[in-house]
Amino acid sequence: MQGFGDAFGAAFALIARFDTDLVEIVGLSLRVTLSATLFACLIGFPLGALLAVGRFPLRGALTVLVNALMGLPPVVVGLVVYLMLSRAGPLGTLGLLYTPTAMIVAQTILVTPIIAALTRQIVADLDAEYHETLRSMGAGAGMRMRTLLWDGRFALTTAALAGMGRALAEVGAVMIVGGNIDHVTRVMTTAIALETSRGELALALGLGIVLMILSLALNSLAMGARVGAARMAHA
Amino acid sequence: MLRLVATGPGPDAAIRLEGVSLRRGGRMVLDGLHLAIPATGITAIMGPNGAGKSLSLRVMAGLIEPDSGSVLPSEAVRGRQEIALVFQKPVLLRRSVRANLRHALAVYGVPRRKRRERLGELLDFGRLAAIADAPARALSGGEQQRVAMVRALAACPKLLLLDEPTASLDPQATAAIETLILNTAASGTAVVIVTHDQGQAGRLADHIRFVHKGALTEAAPAAQFLLAQKSPEAQAYLAGKLLL
Repeated sequence: MQGFGDAFGAAFALIARFDTDLVEIVGLSLRVTLSATLFACLIGFPLGALLAVGRFPLRGALTVLVNALMGLPPVVVGLVVYLMLSRAGPLGTLGLLYTPTAMIVAQTILVTPIIAALTRQIVADLDAEYHETLRSMGAGAGMRMRTLLWDGRFALTTAALAGMGRALAEVGAVMIVGGNIDHVTRVMTTAIALETSRGELALALGLGIVLMILSLALNSLAMGARVGAARMAHA
Repeated sequence: MLRLVATGPGPDAAIRLEGVSLRRGGRMVLDGLHLAIPATGITAIMGPNGAGKSLSLRVMAGLIEPDSGSVLPSEAVRGRQEIALVFQKPVLLRRSVRANLRHALAVYGVPRRKRRERLGELLDFGRLAAIADAPARALSGGEQQRVAMVRALAACPKLLLLDEPTASLDPQATAAIETLILNTAASGTAVVIVTHDQGQAGRLADHIRFVHKGALTEAAPAAQFLLAQKSPEAQAYLAGKLLL
């Protein structure tokens, strides 16, 4: 077991020399997280807009469900995706278990409700302002959704970043469906958990520092988006 | 209170409200309103606050379904896009002026290949070319109202409804809007304007409809109405008395 100071020193050394293992893990983490966020946005934005603007049976129930799914336990998602993708599962023939694709699927499921629920709220607020104008123009539901999504784009960036933050920090689901296989499915969070349990604190701390920096960068981006949205609200 | 039932020229009306009633919050806000809007020229709807002027515009635009009575558009204004409404406080999209107009053209189903040409026409018509790329919501109130009017005209409506378009605007902005209204009417679009301003009614209107307590009390050519009102309500209103 290294001392605390030694571990920090070693961690900064790993970051400073762009340690190949560390870079590989960070790279895979970003690939999985960004892909999952992208897919979650593609599903969550229109779903949230539909819940905000659409008038159809069970809309209220669906809204409650999406809101509830924001708190979906990652290990449960991991377990369900594991069962679906395991050999005996309905999608077992695809051979996706223990691959980055499986991790992307699990994270997409986790992040989509967050993005959809935030989108619904953002679009609903905007719709309250635009509703009468768009109705007077004769805009149909599809056009209204497109208009509101575009005009809410800065606020929606915040929703996407919130989802990305969740995906980046997630460990349970990707551990189960990815298996934390070295050079294949090892991402920052699973590597930190493993290296800590092995007493290898340098890599764990190095990854932790990178994770914190990325998280900070995401929050800075979110704040920037909010400021931009406020400015655009007047513009 | 005298209530008129037959209003204006029947066959030449762009739209008629017949016995339209609407209750809001337990109060009758439109009370058997009979109103005919001539198919040409500018019609000013006047009356005190709460008379039902703006509501009658919303009913004509199809935004509010009356509790009873009929809304009878003429053949010319029967299509959804033949009637355009501009609100007192226009809501412009969070985009440039150009993008606002482009969005309207898309909503109104103008084919893509024609949008650029039509966009140029609209910018010219509204004298908006100089501010075409400015963020619409950063413009002055008068400029925003002009953009909203030109956006409404993107549909080439046969009937343009304006809800107090110059309320709280300065004289220069008011003059610009009034010029736009006159040009629109000259191009063959029937215009309805809700206004409290006698002077504006005199400058713009060909016809006046006076509404009080959700019902029509007087309908007359503008020159005649402004010279001598027949109904005591209109007389009191134009004399600056409070109508309770």
